[in-house]
Amino acid sequence: MSVVILTVAVWFSQIILALAMMLVAYRLFIGPRAQDRILALDMLYVCAMLQLLVFGVRTGNAIFFEAALIIGMLGFVATVSLAKFLMRGEVIE
Amino acid sequence: MTVDLVEYPLWAAILVSSFLVIGSLLTLIGAIGIVRLKSFYDRIHAPTLATSWGTGGMAVGSMIFFLVGGGRPLVHELLLAAFVTITTPVTLMMLGRAAIYRDRSSARPGIPPLGRRVELNLSEKPSEGELS
Repeated sequence: MSVVILTVAVWFSQIILALAMMLVAYRLFIGPRAQDRILALDMLYVCAMLQLLVFGVRTGNAIFFEAALIIGMLGFVATVSLAKFLMRGEVIE
Repeated sequence: MTVDLVEYPLWAAILVSSFLVIGSLLTLIGAIGIVRLKSFYDRIHAPTLATSWGTGGMAVGSMIFFLVGGGRPLVHELLLAAFVTITTPVTLMMLGRAAIYRDRSSARPGIPPLGRRVELNLSEKPSEGELS
């Protein structure tokens, strides 16, 4: 019984997260200005990180959490440097 | 290290499933908000749903899953949740400041004006009594 519940919940949340990633990619595609695209890219990083968390629960393997951690850290650095680029026109002053 | 799903207790399965579903649905609500809201300053509020309770629900769900199933230490999920919770306000604040700077410098309509500046009177020297 618990196998059925866990399998259905993991499939459901993976499909829902994929749907969220598609919506965010749509905003990344149509975004009228650069800051909308950067915001959508940040949300896309978060969705990929959550997708990896659910994948770790699905396979029962602990290696995916390190990948999720790396994606979270790199997403933070990418968004901060892109926002700084929008503000100043250059990343490293 | 894998988790034995056949002898997994039912209450933990229900708890993990509900946390996973809540987290993914909140992420979906944030994604719908990022598509449907009108202006950029409205849309910048939408990803916080995914980064606060979306990540929190997922992290709590996988913490319960691996704690009941395998007895793995919980450092990874705690690190992930703390890191995402700390870094999201920083990124969104920097992005919002960059956006309002761009909007002000290109004089787009609908942007609130700068507040009245506090004028610094640097020429006037303070008297002797005020310094101490």
